[in-house]
Amino acid sequence: MKYTPVIGLEIHIQLNTKSKMFCSCSNDIWKKDPNSVTCPTCLGLPGALPVPNEEAIRKTQLLGLSLECELNENSSFARKNYFYPDLPKGYQITQFSDPLCVNGHLNTSLGKIAIRRVHLEEDTGKSIHIKEGTLLDFNKSGVPLAELVTEPDIKNSEQAVEFCKKIRELVRFLDISNGDMEKGNMRLELNISLREDNDKSLPNYRVEIKNINSFKFLKTAIEYEIERQEKILSLGEKVEQETRGWNENTKKTVSQRKKEMENDYRYFPEPDIPPMDFSKEYFDILKNELSAKELANKDNSAEASKTSKKAKGKIEYALNKKEELSKIVKSVIKDNPIPVKDYKAGKEGALQFLIGLVMRKTAGKADPKISSGLLRSFLK
Amino acid sequence: MPNDFLTVKQILDGYESASFNSKEVFEFFYNRIKGIDADIKSFITVVPEDKVCVAGKSIPVAYKDIFTTKNIQTTAGSHILRGYIPPYNATVVDKLSDSKFVCAGKLNCDAFAHGATGENSDFFVTKNPYFLKKTAGGSSSGSAAAVAAGLVPVATATDTGGSIRLPASFTNTVGIKPTYGRVSRYGIIAMTSSTDSIGHITKTVWDNAFVLNITAGFDPKDATSSHAKVPDYLSDIDKGISGLKIGIPKEYLQGLDDVVEKQFDKSVKIVKSLGAEIVEVSLPHTEYAINVYYILTPSEISSNLARFDGIRFGKQRDQFGDEAKRRIMLGTYSLSAGYYDDYYLKAQKVRTLVIEDFRKAFDKVDALMAPVFPSTVPALGEAIVDPIKMYMMDVLTVPVNLAGLPALSVPSGFIDALPVGIQFIGKHFDEKLLYRIGYSFESETKYYEKIPNFLEK
Repeated sequence: MKYTPVIGLEIHIQLNTKSKMFCSCSNDIWKKDPNSVTCPTCLGLPGALPVPNEEAIRKTQLLGLSLECELNENSSFARKNYFYPDLPKGYQITQFSDPLCVNGHLNTSLGKIAIRRVHLEEDTGKSIHIKEGTLLDFNKSGVPLAELVTEPDIKNSEQAVEFCKKIRELVRFLDISNGDMEKGNMRLELNISLREDNDKSLPNYRVEIKNINSFKFLKTAIEYEIERQEKILSLGEKVEQETRGWNENTKKTVSQRKKEMENDYRYFPEPDIPPMDFSKEYFDILKNELSAKELANKDNSAEASKTSKKAKGKIEYALNKKEELSKIVKSVIKDNPIPVKDYKAGKEGALQFLIGLVMRKTAGKADPKISSGLLRSFLK
Repeated sequence: MPNDFLTVKQILDGYESASFNSKEVFEFFYNRIKGIDADIKSFITVVPEDKVCVAGKSIPVAYKDIFTTKNIQTTAGSHILRGYIPPYNATVVDKLSDSKFVCAGKLNCDAFAHGATGENSDFFVTKNPYFLKKTAGGSSSGSAAAVAAGLVPVATATDTGGSIRLPASFTNTVGIKPTYGRVSRYGIIAMTSSTDSIGHITKTVWDNAFVLNITAGFDPKDATSSHAKVPDYLSDIDKGISGLKIGIPKEYLQGLDDVVEKQFDKSVKIVKSLGAEIVEVSLPHTEYAINVYYILTPSEISSNLARFDGIRFGKQRDQFGDEAKRRIMLGTYSLSAGYYDDYYLKAQKVRTLVIEDFRKAFDKVDALMAPVFPSTVPALGEAIVDPIKMYMMDVLTVPVNLAGLPALSVPSGFIDALPVGIQFIGKHFDEKLLYRIGYSFESETKYYEKIPNFLEK
C-alpha cells in the first residue's frame, strides 16, 4: 500500500511593532532582564485592561493581503480559556470566529497552498525549568503574534520547507517581523496524517507536532513522522490522534497529549475590547501601501539585475506624469463599463478593480495612489 | 463643624469661607471612623491618620475594596487577595487624587462583588447604620454604610447588576450607576466586564454630580470607555423638571410589597407635583433579564477569576468563597462546547431584546422612574441562605445593566424607619438629566437630612 502525506502548517509570527499587543510596554524584549519589560496589563494584574495595538492589526492585515486573503470588515477578539503558569490571565486573547484575514493562498514550486486564516493574538510568558522548580519570565507576555493557518495542502517536507521560507521572506519584505527562527520570531506547528493513494478523502485522524524551531527540524520531523505513521498503518493498525513534540536530541517525535486530554477552551467574545469595523477606504489605503512596497521591491530587484536605470527612470517619470497616466485611466474607464457602473452605484471594491487594470496596463509602474485619485476624479 | 455628617458641598463651602481647614475636616471624619465603624464594620483597611496627607483643601474619600490602590491592600472582599498590595492605581483613583480627594481607606464588599447584601464578604458583614440587624445592601455594602454613617462624604462603588443602587436605597444615600463606558474600568477588579459600571455613593445629589464631573471621561487604558463629551453635571442641576416626560415601566410594579408600592406612589405624586408628566410604558422582556444576567455574568466571571491561580500573587484557589465557586462552575458550564449556543449565545440574543425594550420606551419619554427593590430592607441572614433568592434581589436593577444605561438611586423615604429608594433611569450618557430630576426630587423631600437611628442613641 502506498500512502500520501496530508500536511497542514500553523505558523506563529512575532510582529516587530513598537509596543506590545495590548499595553504600552516596549516590544523589544530580546536579552532583557527577566520581567523587566512588563506592566499591570501584560502581567495580568487584577483590574488591568487590554487596549489593542493598531500597528499590529495593520501589519497582520498587510500579511493577509500579500497572501491574497479576504480582509474581514468586521473582526473581533475572543478569549481562549486554559490554565498554564506562564499565561497570567488564565486566558489568551486571540481571535476565533472572525479573524482579520481569511481564504488566501501562496504558490510553491509544487503547487498552490491555500491559507485558511491569518489572525492576531498575544504571546504567553516563558517558563524556565530549573532543578529547584520553574521560573517565569513575562517579558514575552503580550508580544503580538500573527497566526497563519494553512489548509492541509502540503504534500511533503520539501514543500513545507519551501512554504515556510517564502513566508519568512515575505514577513521580512513587508517589515512586519524579523522572522528569526532562533529568536522565536517564527514558530512552526504542523499537523500530519497519511491517506491511501487511491483514497481522495481526508484521513480520520490528525497528529499535531509542536516545538519545531528550525527549517531543518521541520524537514526531519515530517520525514520521521511519515515513516512512523506508515509503519503503523501498514501493520493494519490505527494511528492515534494526539499532539507530539519534536525532540532534537533523539531526532524523534514524542507523544505529549492524547485526544481525550484536549482542552475545551470555552471561547467567547472578549468583553474588554469592542468589535472592530474596518472601512473599504482603510482597506484601499492598505492595498496601496502593499502595491507601493511591491513596486519598490520590483525596482530594487531591477536595479540589482543591472537593467538600464536610465530607461527605467524615464518610463516611470512618464507614467507618473499625470497627462500620460490620465490617458490610460480614461481608456480603462471607457473599456470597462460594468465596474464603472458598480463604482458609481457605491461599490468601492470596483474602484480597486479599476486601479488593478491601470496597474496592469502600465506593467505596475503607475503610482496606485495617483491612479486612484485620477479614477475618482474622472468618475465623479 | 456639625456633629453628624458633612457633605462635599459643605466642606467646599467651609474651605471657601475659611470656617475650617483640611486638618479639621480629616480629624472630624477620622474621629467618626474610630467611634462608629466598630459597630457597622464598613472598612476593611483604614489608612492610618498620620499617613494621610491633608495639605491644601483636601476631601476624604474611601474606595470600595475592588478599586486598585497603589501601595494600599486591595482585597475585593476576598480571602484569596488578602495581603495583595497593588503596584498601580485605578484611573478613577488617579483622577480623584488629582482633584484633591485623599484616600482614607478601603471599604468592605461582597467578595468580588458577588452578592446583594454584603454577606458574601470573606471578611465580615457590614451592617445597616439605620438598623444594625439589617443588611446595608450589596455588593457595595461598605460604601453605602460608610457614607450613611457619615464616616466619609464620598465612597466609590461599582454596579454590575445593582450593586450601587441597592445599597444606596437601603441606606438613605444617593448612588449613581453611570452609562457603561462613561467611567474608566481600568484598575477595577473585574466581575462582569461587559456590565461593570464604575460609580459612587454620596449623601446628596449635588455631591454625586460633583464627583462624576471628575471621574467621567475617556481613558486610553480602557478600550470600552467612551469618547462622548462629558457635560458639566452641576450646571442646570437646579433647573427643575417641569415639562419632562417620565415613564413608569408597568412590569416593574408587579410583585412589589404593598408598603413599597404605597411609598412608590407617594414618590410619583411628588414628581408629578414638580411639573413632570407621568407616562406608563412597557418593557415586555423584563422578566427574562435576571435569567440572561445569571448566564452572562457567571460566564465572564469564570474567565475573569482564572487569573487568581495562587501563582504570582494572592492565596490558593481553595480560598475562594462559596459564591465565587458557584459562579465559576455555572460559567464554565455555560461556556463549554455543546452548551455555549443554548446558554451564552441565547442569552446574548435575549439581551438584545431587553435593550430594544428600553430604546422603544425612550422614544416616548425623557427618563424612567422605578422602585429599586420590591421589598423592604432584608434582615441579616435572611437572603444569604438561598442563592436564588439572593439573585432575585436584582430583579429591578439588572435590566439597566444589560442595556448599559445610566441610573440614579435617590432616597424616597422610610418604611418603619428603614430607608427606601427610587431609581431614575436615563438614555445612554444622559446622567445630566438624571441629576436634574434627582436634585429636584431631593430638594422637595430632603430625606438625606434624617441621620441613622443608631447615631441618635
